[in-house]
Order: sequence, then C-alpha cells, then structure tokens
Amino acid sequence: MKPSVLILGARSDVGNAVAHKFAALGHPIQLAARQSETLDAEKTNLQLRYGVPVTLHEFDALLTETHAQFLAMLPELPEVAVSVVGLMGSQERSERDQLLASCIMRSNYEGPANILALLANRFEERGSGTLVGLSSVAGARGRATNYVYGSAKAGFTAFLSGLRSRLAKRGVHVVTVLPGYVATKMSEGMNLPARLTAQPSEVAESIVVAVERKKNVIYVRPVWRMIMLIIRLIPERLFKRVRM
Amino acid sequence: MKLSGWGRSPLVNAQVYVPRDLEALQKLLASKPSVIARGCGRAYGDSAINSSATIDMRRLNRMLAFDPKTGQLIAEAGVVLCDIIAAFLPRGWFPMVTPGTKFVTLGGMIAADVHGKNHRKHGSFRGCVDWIDVMGPDGSIQRCSSKSHVELFEHTLGGMGLTGIILRAAVRLRAVETGWIRQTTIPAPNLKSAMTALERAQDSTYSVAWIDCLATGENLGRSLVFLGDHANASDLPTYRSLHPFATPAKRKLSVPFNFPCFALNRFSLRAFNALYYRIGVWNRGQQLVDWDSYFYPLDAVADWHRIYGRKGFAQFQCAIPIKRSEEGLSALLQTVAKAGAGSFLAVLKRFGPQESRFSFPMEGYSLALDFPITTKTSHLLANLDRITIEHGGRFYLAKDSRMSAETLRASDGRVASFVRMRAKSGWKSSFQSAQAERLVL
Repeated sequence: MKPSVLILGARSDVGNAVAHKFAALGHPIQLAARQSETLDAEKTNLQLRYGVPVTLHEFDALLTETHAQFLAMLPELPEVAVSVVGLMGSQERSERDQLLASCIMRSNYEGPANILALLANRFEERGSGTLVGLSSVAGARGRATNYVYGSAKAGFTAFLSGLRSRLAKRGVHVVTVLPGYVATKMSEGMNLPARLTAQPSEVAESIVVAVERKKNVIYVRPVWRMIMLIIRLIPERLFKRVRM
Repeated sequence: MKLSGWGRSPLVNAQVYVPRDLEALQKLLASKPSVIARGCGRAYGDSAINSSATIDMRRLNRMLAFDPKTGQLIAEAGVVLCDIIAAFLPRGWFPMVTPGTKFVTLGGMIAADVHGKNHRKHGSFRGCVDWIDVMGPDGSIQRCSSKSHVELFEHTLGGMGLTGIILRAAVRLRAVETGWIRQTTIPAPNLKSAMTALERAQDSTYSVAWIDCLATGENLGRSLVFLGDHANASDLPTYRSLHPFATPAKRKLSVPFNFPCFALNRFSLRAFNALYYRIGVWNRGQQLVDWDSYFYPLDAVADWHRIYGRKGFAQFQCAIPIKRSEEGLSALLQTVAKAGAGSFLAVLKRFGPQESRFSFPMEGYSLALDFPITTKTSHLLANLDRITIEHGGRFYLAKDSRMSAETLRASDGRVASFVRMRAKSGWKSSFQSAQAERLVL
C-alpha cells in the first residue's frame, strides 16, 4: 500500500482535485475540513473510483488550539500533507471590517502555518515526508486591491521557505505552490483571463509532480513566473500610483 | 460565451452555469426563463445549448454506490464514461452499451439514449438503466423507472434533456473477464455482401461496418465488417492473461490546428478510403484488440473535429427500417458517391428491434456520415434527408445540427405526442435547447 496523503481544506475545489490525483495513483486519502461529515459522498466517490481507503477528519484551521488534538486523532501520520486552506474575502470590506481582515489574515497565514508547523515536527522526528502549502502570487507584492489577502500569503510564503531551509537536511521536503488565477468557487464571477487561469485539476497535477520530483517553489502556469518578475521589478515610486 | 457542439456548428452565444449542488441547480431553474443541461458537449449540434442558461453538469460527478454482485452503479449525471471504465474495468466490469466516444457523461448517454455496436443484441442504453432521478420544472426530484413515474422515464430516455434535468442514475455494468475484444474483419466488396455479413453475424456481440462512401459502380458500399466479442481469459496469450485488464499504453495523437478547407477534397478522401479498405483486406480474419482501440478509435486523436476545418462539419445519421434498408442505403450511398463529398468513413450498423417514445433506434440499418459544412454539402444533406424519409427512416437528434422542423415531422410520427407531452407536463417552458427551438419541440 502506498503512503497516505492528508488534504487540509478538502472541500475546496483545489483540495478536491488534489485528493482525486493522489487517489488515482493509489494513495490512501485523509480528508480534513470543517463539517467533515458532509464530505461523506465525496469519500464514497473517491473509494469507488480509485479503490483506496478514505477517512474524514474534523479540522478548523482557525481553531489553532485544536490542531495538536486533530493530529493525534489521525489513523496514521501521513507521508504527504497538502494545505489548501485559504480565504480571499473582500479587500474593500476588510478595510473597514477589522474582524473580516483578521479572519483573512488568520485563514491564509496563522491557521495553515500552525498546522504545517506541527506536522513538520512530527515529520522531522520520523525523518521523512512532504509538506505542501498553497500560497499565492498575491504574496509577491502588496497591491492596493488585495493587500490584506496578499500580505497573509506573503507571510505564509516566507514561512514555507524558512521551514524548507530548516528541514532540508532532515529528510523532510517543503513545496510552495503559487497557482496564479484558478477557476474555483473563490474566483467564480470574477472575469479572469483564460490564458492565465488554471483549472483545479491542473493545480493538482503540478502538486503531484512537485511532490514526486521534490520541487521547491512552483508556478502552475509558467507565464506567472514572468509576470511576477515584472511586477516585482516595478519601482515603488511608480507602483504606488498604479491601481492593480 | 460562444458555445457549439462537437461538430462546431452552429456557434451560439450562451450563458453557461456550473452548479456544484442541487440547491444551485434549483435556483437556476427558478430564475431563468428556460435551461438545458449539458455534459461534455459531444452531441454534434445544438442539442445541449440554451442561450439564456446552459447548465454544465460536470461538477455533479460523484459515484455514489456500487454493488459488486449485480454490477449496478449509482452515480451522478456528470460522471464521464471514461472514468466509469477506469474505475470498474480493472474489477471486471464494462459498460453494457457504449457510444463511439468515452468522453460523454452518464446524463448525456441517457438523454440521447445512445446505442453501440451491440444494439441488435442488447438494445440501446435504456436496457441497462434501472432508474433515474430527474429534476422537474419546479425543482422537485422524481425517481423514475419502467415501474414508477413511467411516463417521465419513457420520455427522458431519448428525450434530449427536454423532460427535466437528469441528476443521478442506477445503471448496470456487464461482467467481463478481460479488457480485450476478439475481432473478426470481413472485407465486403459491395453493399449487398456487407449487409449479408451483418445479417449472418447474429451471434456476435458487436458488429459494425466501415463503408468507403466514395466507391462507385460495382464497388458501391465496399466495406470492412468488424465483428467482436469480449475475449475470455483463455483467449489471451499467456503473457497477457496474467493481467487481463491491462492494455498497452498508446501514443496520444492530436490535431493541433484547423485544416484548411482544400485539404479535404474528393481525391484525398478517395485515396484515404481506398487505402483503409486495402489495409482491412490484408488484416482480414481474427485479431485481439484492446477495448480502447476497439470501441473508441477516434478518441485516440484529440480534437479530430479540426480536420473538417474552421467552419465545422455536420453529421448525418439515419435509421432505415429493415424492409426498405437495402434500397434506401444504396440510394443514399449513390447520392453521396456521386457528389464526391464524402466523409472519411461512413459507419453502417444493424439495429435490433426497439420502439420507444422518442429514442432513435428501430429495427433496421443505421448509416452515419460526416460532411464539412459548405453550400454544396447542405444541398447534398437535404437530398439525403429526402431519401431517408422516402424509405420510412428517421434521424438521430444527438447528431443533428441542421434539420428543419418539417423534416423531423415527416420522418418521425412520434414527434406530435412528444410535443403534446412536453406542453402538458410543463417541460416545454422550462427545458429548451437551441435544437428544440429549431425543431419546434
């Protein structure tokens, strides 16, 4: 039997797609999300399609004090853990609504970083494993239109990079995923350019490849590497006047 | 967005919605003047396009239960056939009836009541459907079968999505010992011998003929008849029988761009058809063929519809009742050959008996042909329509993109009662496709 894969945020479109890709390769799947019982049909679906064991686990990224307990309840420590937890929220609203801003920051940074930190320690003890964090190109530079979300992702990206350095010689690998636009529930109704927008299954595919080949930082569509390079190079003097 | 069927014509501006759950579906039904459900978009024409609300069902694609004793699979309508095969062939199950592509949804197969190369023996897809859940105009869900809500069941199989939204279905799979087909190739020098070979093939599970539709004179209807049966484990060579469901990986081909229109002319097509026939003659007799190459040869070439160029193509598929088949088929083939505007290959199948409320098959022969869309071919297609009607035949709505309402009515006496039923049940106001509008259904 192949080693198991834990998906944190399993209800999201990307989380679901990642579960399908790993299950198709024969990995047992642990689905973690809030109200995990509602994923029962998805569990059956995965089992029927791929004939792998699937388990459901109650997990709330924001309840950081429950994370240790959550890990203790897993049937086995997974070999791969993928966090796709995140919340886009509305920048405009979060400029006025402090609670929403805090929720966005915690959902994109504190929650995912906390659970990956706990997993990292267990993986380090065991001496093997891969951690995958879904961050965002929005973390490369704070933009007027989504800096609350972007700053939290920036924090998460930095966290992952630090974790990777720390664990590099301990047999534990860390992958940072910068997907660019993805056609999901989160982005539904937004008018996204088709060439820059990946499908959840594409994101999942690149995650599987990154895990297998031990890649460090991946962009799902390569064109984003170029775009972000340019965005990072714009001098602040100009950047602050551009509304993007 | 601009939407079309697999034939890429007509191109219609349509609003597409991708609901994730039943609630979202109910909301769409309540808020839109009319809707049509869409699967993989493999119907050739405008069957699954509604300009105000086309509902992409592919997110509702969970497999819900499987009974390994009976082979019954319960799944949501958006499940794609290739995923069913991928999940269950390794466990010894294969679809009871399959169309010529595996990129179709369960809901689409039910809506079109698809048929396969085994229609004569096993009938159309309805034969393996135990029940379906259908969402009606008011958002309520009915479980219908041949025993309960019979009217809804009967009209939904073959009803082209015009009777409600197909949500889930229970379908039975067939137990197989291997993923291989024992194929027999019989070259037939003309139509009559092809039909004789198909008539003699009663014992074979699968039978189909590929016709060279450009051959003329005494070669008219020259074809290769392919018979097939699921191979048993003992039919396989030893090195294969250890892994009876494993089939060789194939190189993926694709058509990277639209062919220019001059690429398809009577000379290139005639040469292709003649070559195909020669190869078949060399390969006559028995062979083992893997399931993918046998059932889905065209799926191996991604985007093959591009060979017909930017303007797209139309498919013509008719069924002609058995008594008038020979006469009707030779009239059709003569007309096609004379026009010299044939398709790469025409497909001839023998249908077994079937009479349902609105499904396509009937006892007799079915002929399918593709044509690139030009003024010349539209004239030819009108001629083929006329010949079909003269011989008591009818047309396959899943392939149609251009027929007129009059042609449909002239060919199919069941239209009136289908239309009456739609009006009576409130389906007409809620479920509409561009095709239904064109055909006034």
